[in-house]
This record gives sequence, structure tokens and C-alpha cells, in this order.
Amino acid sequence: MRKTFRLFTLLALSGLIAASLPAAAQDASPLVVYSGRSEGLIAPILEQFSAETGIPVEVRYGGTAEMAATLLEEGANSPADVFIAQDAGALGALAQAGLLAPLKPETVALVPAAFASPDSVWVGLSGRARVLVYNTEILGEEQLPASITDLADPAWAGRVGWAPTNASLQAHVTALRILLGEDAARAWLEAMVANATQSYDNNRAVVQAVIDGEIEVGLVNHYYLFGFLAEDPDVPAANYFFPDGDVGSLINIAGAGVLATSDQAEAAESLIVWLLGESAQTYFAEQTYEYPMIDGVAIDARLTALDEIQSPEIDLTDLSDLEATLELLSETGALP
Amino acid sequence: MQLTRSIFGFGSDARWLMALRAPLRRVRRRSRTMSILAVIAALTIAVTLLPIAYLAVRALGSGSEGLAYALSPRTLAVVGNSIALAAAVAISAALVGVPFAWLTTRTTLPLRRFWLVAGSLPMVIPSYIGAMIFIAAFGPRGLAADLLAPLGVEKLPPIYGFVGAWLSITLFTYPFVALPVRAALLNTDPAQEEAARSLGLRRRAVFWQVTLPQLRPALAAGMLLSALYALSDFGAVALMRFDAFTRVIYTQYTSSFDRERAAVLALMLVAVTVAILALERRISRRGSGNYRAGTGCARRSAPIRLGVWAIPALLFCGLLVGVGVALPVGLLLSWLLRGAVAGAELSPVVAPTLNSLSASLLSALASALLAIPPAYLALRSRSRFRQWLGSAAYLGNALPGLVVALAFVFFASNLLPSLYQTMPILILGYCTRFLPLSIGATRSALTQINPRLEDAGRGLGLRRWQVILRITAPLARAGITSGAALVFLSAMKELPTTLLLAPTGFETLPADIWTATSEARFAQIAAPALLLVLVSALSLMVMLWQERQTADRL
Repeated sequence: MRKTFRLFTLLALSGLIAASLPAAAQDASPLVVYSGRSEGLIAPILEQFSAETGIPVEVRYGGTAEMAATLLEEGANSPADVFIAQDAGALGALAQAGLLAPLKPETVALVPAAFASPDSVWVGLSGRARVLVYNTEILGEEQLPASITDLADPAWAGRVGWAPTNASLQAHVTALRILLGEDAARAWLEAMVANATQSYDNNRAVVQAVIDGEIEVGLVNHYYLFGFLAEDPDVPAANYFFPDGDVGSLINIAGAGVLATSDQAEAAESLIVWLLGESAQTYFAEQTYEYPMIDGVAIDARLTALDEIQSPEIDLTDLSDLEATLELLSETGALP
Repeated sequence: MQLTRSIFGFGSDARWLMALRAPLRRVRRRSRTMSILAVIAALTIAVTLLPIAYLAVRALGSGSEGLAYALSPRTLAVVGNSIALAAAVAISAALVGVPFAWLTTRTTLPLRRFWLVAGSLPMVIPSYIGAMIFIAAFGPRGLAADLLAPLGVEKLPPIYGFVGAWLSITLFTYPFVALPVRAALLNTDPAQEEAARSLGLRRRAVFWQVTLPQLRPALAAGMLLSALYALSDFGAVALMRFDAFTRVIYTQYTSSFDRERAAVLALMLVAVTVAILALERRISRRGSGNYRAGTGCARRSAPIRLGVWAIPALLFCGLLVGVGVALPVGLLLSWLLRGAVAGAELSPVVAPTLNSLSASLLSALASALLAIPPAYLALRSRSRFRQWLGSAAYLGNALPGLVVALAFVFFASNLLPSLYQTMPILILGYCTRFLPLSIGATRSALTQINPRLEDAGRGLGLRRWQVILRITAPLARAGITSGAALVFLSAMKELPTTLLLAPTGFETLPADIWTATSEARFAQIAAPALLLVLVSALSLMVMLWQERQTADRL
């Protein structure tokens, strides 16, 4: 027993020492970034930022929503300077709690007005289009509906998938409420649920199910498909954009803001400006197949250009009215 | 003066005077040790109750709107779903776990050691990986569907919803029942069963009337753990798309950022836990105190010859190991190979492994130590409050990891900013979440120690703390170690607490798996997942080895 105990103690102590080493090595105060976007994507570009500007950066990774919830709990004592979010909803929640500081007008002017908050507390870093992904072995493009509202038609019963817990879909439903009106949105959701629309936990699972033929079409963001194409260029699926400014072709953003509690607001904003520079924007476009926020950045050849997408006209900040959307999703039975 | 005397033994007073006062002092000293234990236990439990205090504050903020939400038909339906899931999991885990424990302890099952180790492994597989693999295997277009398609099987029964969540959680939690029941089977004295046999009872009747009642505390503790696991689990219910409590709490936190509603829901979960705890206490109390009554020493029971029954027994174990271990590990390996063939870049795994290992090891040690006072008091104290302390640690155990982690974010960032996002807070978070595992294991080990042994130690002049150190702790060692091992492997796979509380830049295996999952890179999921399983499996070996040592000594 004693031997085991000694062994345990030794292991534990060496573990403790090993764990405390990196912490002891840092003593300068770096810019603290909370990233709701993944490490594989964000880490290389922030390293490049540090190399170019000499500003050290420390990043915490997590889900966008979990990070936003963390920031809400931390409140005035947050160590974070910058929050990079996967969607406008999380940024909106922080803005509403008064946790974000206003950005300079010249920073906000870098992106199209549609992709920044009206009170200038966050800007978009990249654009993401909502699409209908479809299985190319089962369907041809000509068989796809002209509007997202057609998916509620009994002809599509059991053939459609979506991810009702996903923030992108919820933002999309909010857009539907705004553009079509509450009653039409409710009727559409009820018809979709009655139509046995298959619920998945995230967009990726929806695309996977479409590729597997479990369902024929799915409502997702445009870039998920490209992840699967990178592993296997022959997967039987393609993206479809609803034409004529249909609400189905909504374009949303991933963005960033500076925390009001930041003690390095200047450096924090310089990071956001740098992320809207050409090299960072090109990087996002190449790595994620997302749409750049500035002009003059080339996009992947398989992508429909942003200005060719006949997207609906909407103010993205209106999409922060998530509460009513969730209630609607719950009442219609789309959400638990 | 009194204090110095108790430390140095005898003071300057004449010895005969001391001898005269001895009986009186013993009473006093006893209560002192117990008081110190009670203070330590109370502090420990107070920390584990922090998340509940946080929830209460948040829920109060919602006022009557929160109450209306809690009592809305939709919320109540979800509560019903979760209770049904927890009950079903507890029962099925017992139905699988008890036969498994019995087969691997009391019979001539071929390759007993192998089945024991392999059959305990499913508990090291995180539910978010397990459920993902289940879908890959038994989903509408999964492996099984592909294999069965040529045989004319068009459609598999759907695994999404209750059935999928129930089966997968059962599979990953039955070892929570099997291991304590095993320990109890090893430690029970065969003399009682032999006496029953010699008095004319048939073997089956002996099992129901003598063996099973002795297993009651262990069985109840194991079922409690699987029920609480089912209530708190998020990974499996999310992937299986079952509308359980945790899924709704997550939605409130992460989609609508409504902390008040989330808190109301989480408190309802605590209320359900209280009800389950009361039930468990009723069941286990009836069977507590299982030790030899007579003189002499317990032997090990002679194994029962299975004969032809070995075949169904092997099939049973094979099924568990096949679905619970071989399938997940095999699929992970195939993802890894496919990734390697496709030339996928594998992320480094050494640092995350060491980080996860050290954080989990420290948490295991800390919880093993912290579990002793409440577990000891629960059984040996006459004070209601002190007995209650052992159970109170469970209150937060049904809370989803996210809720506990956010509570710690709130307290640490606002009250202990210098410790926020450091190792101590991470370990505190793990301990809070998993302390019940070590309390449970320690407590069930203590129930099997005859208090007369302790009384004998006291009678021979040892003080209470000496008795605890020299008699109680060594006898309960297997239980304490297996509790520590349970905490270790739970901390290894814990995701939300790790993501939210770990120091910035502290890479861990679950965080790596999570990152790879969110980027849909299967090869990168496989490497850390396999390492996680491997390292946790080692802890399981330590636990089983300990158990054997104890069994050999008894």
C-alpha cells in the first residue's frame, strides 16, 4: 500500500510541476481573445498577427454560445479583451448586456453596413450563406423548390433535414418572422414539423445525413459541404441557393467585438482591424470557404459569388430577437 | 492544557490521576475527532453546494415568470422524459451489471479476468463519443444497415429518441453497478450462504434471500450513480435527439442566453435528485451492516461450476464487450487508419495527454481524501446532520457539467480572480462534480467493515483518529482506491468543466476531441479518443488490481 501511495504522490507531484511550468513562463500581459471559432482556424492567423505587430495574444477556445455565457458570468471581472463569435446572435446578447465597447467609425466603415451592428459594437469578419444542400444522386437541381416556404409542401414530407438547436437555423427563422410576418412563419414551422422534417443536432450532421441519403435536402450554411468535399471530392451533394431574393438565401456573419472591460482597448481594436485586412480575409476565404467582408479577395471557384446570391434584404441586428424565435420554435414543436 | 495533553499524551500530572480520568476523556476525545471530521466534511460539502447556491440566486431573479415556466406543460413533459430515462437506465444497468458482477466473481466462467477488465471498459468511453459511434454503427445509414442490406433488411428500428439514449447510456453506465456489486460479492462471507444451504435452501433461493440483500447497499449506490449519470448526461441525449432535461437547459443557456430559465430548470433537476436520494437511502439502509457476526475470518467462496451454462454466460459477456468496447475502439481505429491513409495531419497528443493525466490524477487524489470524512460520518456518526453531509454531496451530481462549470466561472472570476482559469479551480471543479463517486465507493466499503473491529482497536487503547488510520482506512482501501479511479476516469473525459475552467492554452484530450468534432475531422477525433480510452483503462487496471489485493487478504 505504501509503495502504491508513494507512486501516486510522485506521479501527482510531477504532474503538478509539469502543469504549472507553462503558466510560470508567461509574465507579460498579452491580449486575451475568447474565440467561439475553432482553434484550427483561429490559432494560425492570430500567430501571424502577433508576428507582424509584436502584440502577444492568448486565446481561449470554446463554443460561441458557451463563451458568450462565460463572458456573461464573468461580467465586470472578465479577463477577455476581444470576443470572436461564430454568429451575430451571441454578439447581440453581449451587446444587450452592455459588455461590448463601441468601435471607431473607421473600423466599422471597413465592412458593408449590412454586416455591422448599428450601434457599432461589433463587425462581421466573414459571411456565411444559408443554402439548401441536396443529394445529387437522388435529386437534380431542377427538382428543387423556388422558395424555402415550398419545403413545407406535403410533397417534401420526410425528405428534409434541419438543426433546430443550431444558432444559424434559429437566426434564419428570425429572418422568416421578420420578412414573412409572425403568422406566416408560424404556419411554415407548423407545416414543417407536421411534414416530419428530420431534426439533427448540428449542420454537419444534416450534411452527413444528406450525403448518406438518410434525407434528400437539408437547410444548412454553405461551407459545411466543403469540409466533406475536402475529405472526399466525390461526395454526392451540392449547395443550392434559393433564387429571387427568397428568404431562404439569407446571408449571416461571423464577427468580433471588443469587451468594455478590456484594459487594452486600443490593441484589441487593432486586432479586429487587422482581421479585416487583406491577408486575414484571404486566409478566411481559403480556409473556411466563407465570404470575405472586403473587396478584392479571391474566393473558391466552386463558390457562387456573394453578389450573385439573390439574398433577401434584412438588417442583421434584427436577428438578435432570438427570444421570440425560440418561443415560436418551442410552441410549434420544432424545439423541445 | 487539555490540548497539550492530548497531543503529548501525558502531561506533568501524576499517571494515576490520568488513569482515573481516562473514561471521561475518551468520550471527549472521540467527539473531538468527530468534530474535526465534521468541520472538514461540512467545508467540502459547502463547496460542492456552491453551484446550487448560484442557481438559487439566478432563479430568484426570474420571479414568478420563472415559476410559470417551470410549471408549463412543456417543461413538465421534459421532466417526465428525464425521469423515465433515469429510471430505465438504473434498472437496466442493474439487470446487466449484477449478472456480470456475479459471473466474474463467483463462477468458473472461462477467461474471467479478461471479461472483467474488458467488460468494465465501456465506462471509460465518454458518452459523446459512444453515442456518435452508435449512430455510425446502428443509424439509419450506418454500418449495420450496410451489412444487413444484402440480406434483405430494408430498415433498422430507429435508434434516435428514447431507445437510443436509454441503450447507449445503459451500456456506458452498467459498470457503475457492476464494480461496487463485485466488490461486495468479494467481501461477503460465504459462511452465511453456506449456512443457508446447509439449512436446506436451494441455490437460487440463497441468491435471492441471502446474497442479494447483502448486495443491497452496493446495488443501490451503483443504480444511484447510473440514474444521476442519465439525468446529467448531455452528449448521448443530444446526439440521440432525446428531449431530456439537459438538452433543454443547454438550449436555454446557449441559444437564448436565458440564465434565469436555465437556473429554474436546473433547480428542478436538483429536486428530482433529492427524491432519488431519498429512495436510495431507503433501499440501502435496509441492508446496511453486512459483516460477519461470529468469530474467525471470512474465506473466499468456492466458485460455482457453470457447466453448459458457460455458453450463454460467454455470449452475454461477449455481447457487452463487443458492443461496448470492440465496436467503439474498432471504429475509432478505422477512422484513424482512414485518416492516416488519406494523409490527414495528426495533431500532437503528448501534451494534451499529460495535461489531462495530471489534472485528473490530482482531482482523484483530492476527492479520495475529501470523501473520507463525509463517508465516515454518514455511517459512524449519530448526528443526523453529519449523516446527511454524505448524501448532500450528491445534490449537485445530476446537474449537467455546463451548469456546474458556469457556476464556478461566476464564483471564481468574481471572488477569486487570481485563481480563475488556473489548475486549482479546474481541480476544484472536477472534485465538485465527481466527489459523490468517491464518497459512494468509500461509503460502501465502510458498510462492510465490522464496527467491532474498530471497537476492539479503541478498547486496546487507540484513539479514534488512530483507529481510522490504522484499522478503518486500510480495510476500506479497495473502496477508496476504486472511488479515486472512478473520479480519475470521469475527470479524464469531462468536457464542459475542462473547456470553461482550464487554464488558457492548457490542451486536454476532451478539448481536442471536441475541437476535432466541431471541425468534423474524424481522424483527429480518433487519436485523442483512443488515448483517452487507453489511459482510463490503465486506471481501471489499478482499481481491479487493488480489489484483488484486498480480496486476497480477506
